[in-house]
Amino acid sequence: MGLNLYQKVWNDHLVRQLDTGQYQVFMALHLIHEVTSPQAFGMLKDKSLKVAFPDRTFATVDHIIPTDKQERPLADDMAEKMIQVLSSATKENGIEFFAPKSGAQGIVHVVGPELGLTQPGMTICCGDSHTSTHGAFGCIALGIGTSQVRDVLASQTLVMDPLKVRRINIQGTLALGVTAKDVTLHIIRTLGVNGGVGFAYEYGGSVIDQMSMEERMTVCNMSIEGGARCGYVNPDQTTFDYLKGRERVPAGTDFLAAVERWRSYASDSDADYDDVVDISAEDIKPTVTWGVTPGQAVSIEGCVPDPNDKDGLEKTLINDALTYMKLSANQPIKGIKIDVAFIGSCTNGRLSDFQSVAAVISGKKVAPNVRAIAVPGSEKVDREARELGLHEVFEEAGFEWRLPGCSMCLAMNPDKLVGDEVCASSSNRNFIGRQGSPKGRTILMSPIMVAAAAIEGFVADAREVFDLEGAGV
Amino acid sequence: MSGVAIRKINGRGVYVEGNDIDTDRIIPARYLTCVTFDELGPALFYDVRFDEHGRSKGHVLDSPERAGAEILISDNNFGCGSSREHAPQAIMRFGFKAVIAGSFAEIFHGNCTTLGIPCVVMDDDHRSELSKLVTNDPALDMMIDIEQLQIICGNQVFPITMKESVREAFLDATYDPLDTLLASGDKVNAVAEKLGYL
Repeated sequence: MGLNLYQKVWNDHLVRQLDTGQYQVFMALHLIHEVTSPQAFGMLKDKSLKVAFPDRTFATVDHIIPTDKQERPLADDMAEKMIQVLSSATKENGIEFFAPKSGAQGIVHVVGPELGLTQPGMTICCGDSHTSTHGAFGCIALGIGTSQVRDVLASQTLVMDPLKVRRINIQGTLALGVTAKDVTLHIIRTLGVNGGVGFAYEYGGSVIDQMSMEERMTVCNMSIEGGARCGYVNPDQTTFDYLKGRERVPAGTDFLAAVERWRSYASDSDADYDDVVDISAEDIKPTVTWGVTPGQAVSIEGCVPDPNDKDGLEKTLINDALTYMKLSANQPIKGIKIDVAFIGSCTNGRLSDFQSVAAVISGKKVAPNVRAIAVPGSEKVDREARELGLHEVFEEAGFEWRLPGCSMCLAMNPDKLVGDEVCASSSNRNFIGRQGSPKGRTILMSPIMVAAAAIEGFVADAREVFDLEGAGV
Repeated sequence: MSGVAIRKINGRGVYVEGNDIDTDRIIPARYLTCVTFDELGPALFYDVRFDEHGRSKGHVLDSPERAGAEILISDNNFGCGSSREHAPQAIMRFGFKAVIAGSFAEIFHGNCTTLGIPCVVMDDDHRSELSKLVTNDPALDMMIDIEQLQIICGNQVFPITMKESVREAFLDATYDPLDTLLASGDKVNAVAEKLGYL
């Protein structure tokens, strides 16, 4: 019996088994940011410990940075302090810091891949749940808490229990207007928000094979919303082509040697899995959420559910979600009025996300009742989008083109919903209050669906609003 | 050793109903602009407990007869979402010493373990029974027995489960693993060298 990628990467990075039965595992790459890491440096100081592998550690600023203006000091004193604490801690410990205006700052899960820090076969961790994004390259990529950030800073290792592996095959061809975001929302909707607990998800099949790296990142990004500890795609030629020539990737013959090594991590054809799930591409429609968890989602052709079809706690939860979202049972999802449109985040803030939207919104206008913002995931994405003139396409359509950051995904910076505003959002979480207002309402969807909602002023089907075929999306 | 062994937890419980209670709800993001965790206790479940003017909504956590409760009980997939350790930090600093649920999101579970907060898994039927007992009698004491994997509440005994390795870590006081991890520096370096990371 062969091995799957998870087992191979695990075996390579295993340090030892502990007395408790848990394992100590080496982390090949540690990414840190201003929200969950400064406290860990404090814990290290308390114990007079040093950073063990500063060369395997990289820092940036993303959660709290404003996207309208980033002049220092920041207006929010505490946000400014958080950046300063991170900046001085990285300096003190010899850690490379991709500071704002360095040309390399951005959302940590956009920056790692685009610089080529993220490479196949690595164990990667970061004090952020969406670290699962890096799994797109064939990595075990784990979100961790601050005490674990401390552990990794001090020892470059984590205590882990091995996960089970679920292979998710997505076969067939995605229909026009169905994107990677719809694939991930469909998976979560099908398997449940806690369906992945105890598992690493291995995504495969013809749909994944045909996806670009940026699309694979979108899928792996939301593994965590499905309850999985991490998700990954086996490295292939698409992976190697993406990595070739990137700043932190070996060049020349070293690159060829690296490719051979990277290829060897891919799951063997006779690998064993703890579970296998098959999903047909034909069943996946443009998908949007109606409730307060990413699993409370429905096809754009569908309706909000009826709580009376369920019993007990499940019924209560649907009722609560509908009350919070101010929706009625059986109401069509299409047509729900929106106030804000947000395109960005570690899920959908990469160049291809903005390219696909720019291709369809050219010549159209955002509805007058909608505040629309487009937020590039990194300074590099911003630079490349500007070189292509995408920012002008967005601005002409009525979007604000912002500076890089996490922005309206998570309400830790000035980009927030107000009151009970409804936001069509390309981000990853529709939790109660997630976008900064305790009454704010989030509807998750793909970037082109956000664009369709922005243009119409209500949740709409991008396939009806745009000429997707003509635009080549 | 990282701390003291955790074998038994005594205290009163409080039941916060709901599946999929996420860490944004446990601690809203605006409380994450901080460089220490010290002040997080009062912000626990803030937007569920208070309205926009800071007035109490009469949440069960604010009921005077629940003050000082040490065991938080909830339902399935507790702690899903963001990896923020601020969530278990707020739970701990509010005064809770253990959480009982039907299941836990894994990052949250890991964070709790490191902080010495046992995440105790209890099946739906037993948890529903225990929640009723607790809801009906705020003064009711219970004892979580990690060694015997049971909860004794009144004259009833409920079975619980925990990941065995985590249970071991509580019993032998290694749930905060830093010292253990630091004890194998040579082996860590050997792995790093083998993989070309040095």
